[in-house]
Amino acid sequence: MLHSITPLLAVLASLAAVPFIILLKGRPNAREAVTFIAAGIKLILVASLLPAVLAGGEVEFTLAKVLPGAPLALRVDAFGLLFALVSSSLWIVTSAYSIGYMRGLDEHSQTRYFCFFAVALSATIGVAFSANLFTMYLFYEMLSLATYPLVTHHQDAEARSSGRKYLFYIMGASIALALPAMIITYQQTGTLAFSPTGILAGKVSPVMAGVLLFMFVFGFAKAGIIPVHSWLPAAMVAPTPVSALLHAVAVVKVGVFSILRIITGIYGVDLLKGLDLGMAVAWVAAFTIIVASLIALSQDGLKRRLAFSTIGQLSYIVLGLALLSPKGMTGGALHIAMHAFGKITLFMCAGAIFVATGKKNISQMTGIGKRMPWTMAAFLVGSLSVIGLPPTGGFISKWYLALGCLQAGSVALLVVLLVSSLLNAAYFLPIVYRAYFKPPVEAAWAEGRNEGPAAAWVPPLVTAACSLVLFFYPQPFLRLAQMAVAQLFGG
Amino acid sequence: MSEQYPALIVITPLLAALLVSAAGWLRPRLCFPLALAGLGAAAAAATGLLVQVLATGPVTYRLGGWEPPWGIAYYVDNLNAVVAALVAWVALFNLVASYRAVMTDYPEKIGPYYTLYVLAVTGMLGMVVTGDAFNLYVLLEITSLTGYALIGLGGGRAPLASLNYLFLGTIGASFYLLGVGYLYIVTGSLNMADLAKLLTPLYGSLALLAAFAITLVGLWMKMAFFPLHAWLPNAYGFAPAPTASLLAPLMTKVMVYVMIRIMISVFTVEFVLQEVLVGQLVVWLAVAAMVAGALFALGQRDLKRMLAYIVVAEVGYMVGGAWLGNRLGMTGAVLHLINDAVMTFCVFLAAGCIYQKTRGTSFEDLRGLFKKMPWTMAALAAGAMAIIGVPPTGGFFSKWYLIRGGLEAGHWGFVGALLFSSLINVVLFFRVFEIAFFEPSGGDDSHGGHGGHEEHGGAVALAEAPLSMLLPLMAAALGLIALGLATGPLVQKLILPIIPAGLG
Repeated sequence: MLHSITPLLAVLASLAAVPFIILLKGRPNAREAVTFIAAGIKLILVASLLPAVLAGGEVEFTLAKVLPGAPLALRVDAFGLLFALVSSSLWIVTSAYSIGYMRGLDEHSQTRYFCFFAVALSATIGVAFSANLFTMYLFYEMLSLATYPLVTHHQDAEARSSGRKYLFYIMGASIALALPAMIITYQQTGTLAFSPTGILAGKVSPVMAGVLLFMFVFGFAKAGIIPVHSWLPAAMVAPTPVSALLHAVAVVKVGVFSILRIITGIYGVDLLKGLDLGMAVAWVAAFTIIVASLIALSQDGLKRRLAFSTIGQLSYIVLGLALLSPKGMTGGALHIAMHAFGKITLFMCAGAIFVATGKKNISQMTGIGKRMPWTMAAFLVGSLSVIGLPPTGGFISKWYLALGCLQAGSVALLVVLLVSSLLNAAYFLPIVYRAYFKPPVEAAWAEGRNEGPAAAWVPPLVTAACSLVLFFYPQPFLRLAQMAVAQLFGG
Repeated sequence: MSEQYPALIVITPLLAALLVSAAGWLRPRLCFPLALAGLGAAAAAATGLLVQVLATGPVTYRLGGWEPPWGIAYYVDNLNAVVAALVAWVALFNLVASYRAVMTDYPEKIGPYYTLYVLAVTGMLGMVVTGDAFNLYVLLEITSLTGYALIGLGGGRAPLASLNYLFLGTIGASFYLLGVGYLYIVTGSLNMADLAKLLTPLYGSLALLAAFAITLVGLWMKMAFFPLHAWLPNAYGFAPAPTASLLAPLMTKVMVYVMIRIMISVFTVEFVLQEVLVGQLVVWLAVAAMVAGALFALGQRDLKRMLAYIVVAEVGYMVGGAWLGNRLGMTGAVLHLINDAVMTFCVFLAAGCIYQKTRGTSFEDLRGLFKKMPWTMAALAAGAMAIIGVPPTGGFFSKWYLIRGGLEAGHWGFVGALLFSSLINVVLFFRVFEIAFFEPSGGDDSHGGHGGHEEHGGAVALAEAPLSMLLPLMAAALGLIALGLATGPLVQKLILPIIPAGLG
């Protein structure tokens, strides 16, 4: 166990940028430079933790002993580092994209936007590096609040009602379910520290264990499990970079990651297996996967279709973890990274289309491949990754998930995964087909390539390229996922 | 010098009040500096006393050297040392913030205002440090009488609200006096430590039970414990802004302190909690206070009145915690007393800043405030987070202990009410934020107040409160986070040592 202040610095790097962003509000170029510097420093700090963790170590830092057995403390392990690497590397890409998008549309209040984005990233890394449930809850709530002004950025009636929905689900669930569940856990065990063997074993009755588990699973509503999912489509009212980084990567995966910590750190594999609770959660997730995919089929708004796709894909991760088999859990953890690169690509493409043409609906995008060939190429790669087809990273995580189902002895869940992949193909590929192979609806599109500002369409190409690279070289994510899972199974 | 701290805490502001009063006739400009010096000295003495008590244990001070139980004794342990420091510092910060507001609103009453202000604080500090049950009554009346006047200074319905408060407050104080009278009849003593000794053989006597019950009812009236809260929303809602941000955070908290003191130092917790059913009943009343406070707050269309009803709910938190009958609950109650004083101060002071610029605190006046007053709104948001109970603000941690206390007592109603109240607080504050965020301000000068064109007149969009108000507000907001991070030592070093052993 290593003690170092680096994890804290990695969390604070983006928070420290906020005063500078505010000070430089009159000079947009200098202001955005601050974001890039902070993002660069953050990624370097996170990456600097990699050697220690890959060597099998953990890095710790305690800020304050606020509650006995539940200090405000950070600890970096393989799971946390995997998530932190994904979020902090994608923040850089998203920042470039934000500039293209926000300036391309001449959005108001850009200073506020970049401020809260930075705060949200701090909270995300905080969740990834939390050493115990209390610290995680702190950063979880910080993220909920920091995202509110981003979701409601447009400050119109639609933003207002979406903001309400967002708060109602996210904060309502966390206060009404997750908070009491956390306090009951503490009351029973006297600690909240994540431990590879769990802390609840032998401390609660089977019924209590089941009730608490579902209080946590639904209490962390950011994971978007049905029926606490409907804030996510509503949150699509936000500017697209927010949807891309926060509602495809950071916020939603904080929800999933919280459930990961509950399953691995609070309950432990043995307790869940003993009580058969893993399968219960897996089936709740399976239900979400299928229903969300079916709803996605019928959405015409591109961002809404992506949102329902995200809801389904998040439950893949939950399902993988709930399988409690080494391969399945590896696949689940890996899917955090693979889905992130794929889905952020798709969202950024949707935003690029909106910036260049003002179109939001799929039915209006017929033939857009003539006008935006590169953007749609990125879209295709992103789609393949989310569907889980080679040669993209998504294939690897889904491969592990499928193996995990077999390892857990559940063919039924394997069928769910396969059916869902077919559904994913059914709601993504027609978009690509329409774009390239049908005559353009707008005469101007036939005239040739015009993809709008480069800052809006290059970033999705970059992340699409990453998705391709990850198929051939899925490190360090695969290694981290395998290490983390090996630890759970006493490796 | 340091052995005189307990007396200095009360004497310096008392003398300052006299000087301020004199200065009001001769040199009104001197009123504010004199008040500042008096309360500053009191805050310094209170801080010194807290450090001393933490280092060397409880202090007993004999006023004029008279032996207790005949003379008046001040008795200070961890509990009242921290409450005294809290009262002194909040009053001091609020005094600084009140400077501009009093100048704008009561330019011809500066002398009387500050005299009353300093006297009210003197009374509160005295109630906290005194170890004499009757002396406490006298100081309670000092604070109450000055409080009525401070509230009555407000415009509109304030005098009527003050009169209502006067009637109910007097009844409450009389009940307290009656209870103390009973105690005097059965023991012949008024000194708390002496009473505690003399009462031991008398437990089981009906007169004692009556004395306890009557005292409690009196205190509940003064702290606005549901259903005896009716005076509070109007009194604090219509009070002048600097009065509201003095009395709302401190008065109820001092009364909760007195209740806890009576429960653990005059009586014993074994006696207080002997009837489990009574304890349960009080906790259910607290549940009613939380739920009713939250629901009434939902019905308000004015920021200050909404905050006043939140105070009613918060009193329920503390009384309920104290009566749960276990260490966790009592810890939560004391911790919440500390946190709540700061968070109530923060939000009421933010409301004061808003009033200073918009001349109103109704929801319509809040439009576009995130643009106009970003710092004030940020502080209001920090206070709101504490009241909702979001970590790392102090409000989260006191709620944490209270909920644990409820769980340990198996009182699910209390736990449920705490969570319910948190959820309603989310609704309450985000409704305010929505108005301030989404609705553009309609015509900046439509209120035609005389405070609108001060030094910040240059900037069109930004119209922040003066720095003398903003700095104390920022201190309160940051204090909330500091208190939260200091929860560990606060509980371990300060609160746990004073929880009586009788609590399971």
